Amino acid sequence: MHALIAAIVLALVPVLALATGAGAQAPEPYRVGAIFSITGPGSSLGVPERDTALMLEAEVNAKGGVKGPDGRLHPLKLVIYDDASDETKAVLAAKKLIDEDRVAAIVGTTLSGTSLAIVDTVQKAEVPMVSCAAAAKIVEPAAERKWIFKTPQSDALIVGALAEHLKAKGLTRVGWLNVDYAFGQLGWIEFEKAAQKAGLTVVANEKFGQKDVDMTAQLTRVRTATPQAVVVWSIPPSASIATKNYADLGLKPPLFQSHGIGNKRYIELAGPAANGVVFPAGKLLVAEQLADNDPQRGVLLAYARDFEARYGPRNTFGGHAWDAVKLVVGAMEKAGTDRAKLRAAIESTRNFVGITGVFDFSASDHNGLDRRAVVMTEIADGQWRLAR
Amino acid sequence: MPGLAELAQYVASGLVVGGVYALIGLGFVIVYGVTRIINFAQGEFVMLGALCTVSLAARGLPLAVAVPVAVIGVGALGAALERLAIRPLRRAPALVVLIVTIGASIALRGGALIVWGTDPFALQPFSAGPPLSILGAVVVRQGVWVLAVAALVFAGLGFVFARTYAGAAVRACAINQRAARLMGIRVDRVFLGAWALSGALGALAGAVVAPITYASYDMGLMLGLKGFVAAVLGGLASPGGAIAGGFFLGVLESLAAGLISSGYKDAVAFVVLIAFCLVQVAGWLPWRVSTESSG
Repeated sequence: MHALIAAIVLALVPVLALATGAGAQAPEPYRVGAIFSITGPGSSLGVPERDTALMLEAEVNAKGGVKGPDGRLHPLKLVIYDDASDETKAVLAAKKLIDEDRVAAIVGTTLSGTSLAIVDTVQKAEVPMVSCAAAAKIVEPAAERKWIFKTPQSDALIVGALAEHLKAKGLTRVGWLNVDYAFGQLGWIEFEKAAQKAGLTVVANEKFGQKDVDMTAQLTRVRTATPQAVVVWSIPPSASIATKNYADLGLKPPLFQSHGIGNKRYIELAGPAANGVVFPAGKLLVAEQLADNDPQRGVLLAYARDFEARYGPRNTFGGHAWDAVKLVVGAMEKAGTDRAKLRAAIESTRNFVGITGVFDFSASDHNGLDRRAVVMTEIADGQWRLAR
Repeated sequence: MPGLAELAQYVASGLVVGGVYALIGLGFVIVYGVTRIINFAQGEFVMLGALCTVSLAARGLPLAVAVPVAVIGVGALGAALERLAIRPLRRAPALVVLIVTIGASIALRGGALIVWGTDPFALQPFSAGPPLSILGAVVVRQGVWVLAVAALVFAGLGFVFARTYAGAAVRACAINQRAARLMGIRVDRVFLGAWALSGALGALAGAVVAPITYASYDMGLMLGLKGFVAAVLGGLASPGGAIAGGFFLGVLESLAAGLISSGYKDAVAFVVLIAFCLVQVAGWLPWRVSTESSG
């Protein structure tokens, strides 16, 4: 009998402690979920995204937390899952974040394929999500994708910049290769449109697998079409292998790539073959070379310094996560954790100076970027510089 | 119609990739030929060989030291795997052993993920210099290394199996384990040796392909599957068959990518495998695929 009473009392102790503890007030933490491709083929993107998110979490909490609409400081709690670059795992992670972790919003995922995979789940649960993946399809049409936002420049924006650049250089016969999964496929869909608009002729269109070890066959096929410029749309390591193959085969036309190569790893892997490659990307890589009056310059330099002090060379992918986390945190200051209010606060964010660009969200634009968010970048002596 | 130079390039590219598949296929053949086990961790031996070589080279060791150390290390790992995971299952059904090798491959990949992380690493080519031009086709120097190593390994294995006592013991085990045991051959040791050798061969393949493919923790799966297809094409029990199968597969993939469409490249390997299995079941092959269990 005594034992029973003792057991009941013991069982009640934590409950009572919790109840009084809550009365005595640490403000409840603001929980934000994050899904990144920390392993798998997307890991060169997902790892810096996670690192950046952790850095921001520490930074916010060092200041005491997020100042909510109630005027109090709430600690920021990130719940981060790895989707292993896999669509199925991304959906499971999203469900877990929504049902078990009860997060106010979701940051991620890293890849276009995984983001598209979780869109339905997130929409149905009515949770705001800010993707770090490129594809325009993730947030379009905005009227249907009410709960979904994204921070990287859309393919159309990036590809448009590339097509304009090719046109301006008079390189109108273009050979195209893309990696055969969402990133490359969607890049091709946009490029086909942009090329038509800019009056470019696509003389070859080839694919390769993301785990292929050799692309010389595809490049040889492209060579027979005698292009004036070649575009490879992929991410490392396959983008680096293609670059090396390109140099080994001695192909002469200038080589262009995608914003998917915006990390130092690409240059390390491709070695000297990377020199001369031109690609459209955000301004982060060339932050030091921007004009002094560039609105992003200060933010970019500060992020580059903080990131490089902790983790190594900067890359644009970490910047996408920086934008996504900052966007959610900024909206939480206005709206707290109520998901509907939070969504509205994200959608009404204007003139947010981020790493990827200056964002102006609206009911019809859930990406909020324009052409100014892209600069043509060139690799010279293993370094990035603004392309002329 | 593609010109001669393009065709030559497709064949040359295919031969280099085929050499990689052939080397990996050899590892499958050695374990299968002796023990009748298909080792799905073979691709992970390749991955470990590549990553160990990269790490040792990054510490400043010359390749002439780094490669042998990696090869011996992974060979020892192959032996350890046999001793710890395979031998206790000697009397278990083949399917169980197969699943254990798949488990081992997942464990090795996970271990590599923890040690090396997710980034791919580059390794400098064994000999520097611009690519060679042969009949209008471009071949990177490392591709020549791949072909040379494949040829050397094939010749070396041929010599050992045909001319040495140890090789004869291995062949005896492959033909009939019980008879071999009755003749005084220590079958356990032969098995151990076969696993060590296949680990070492896998690591050698990894080290020699790393400058071409880069080294990353998840490189083993696809390479292992392609090597497996190469081994099956060659009849699974003959080193020469695996070599031929590897080159056949590499050239076929390259020709498919070049002449038909690059979208079908990966499908080729597996379509060929299925077609081959159907033909083999129908009994139309001039050579034999060993499937019967011995001992």
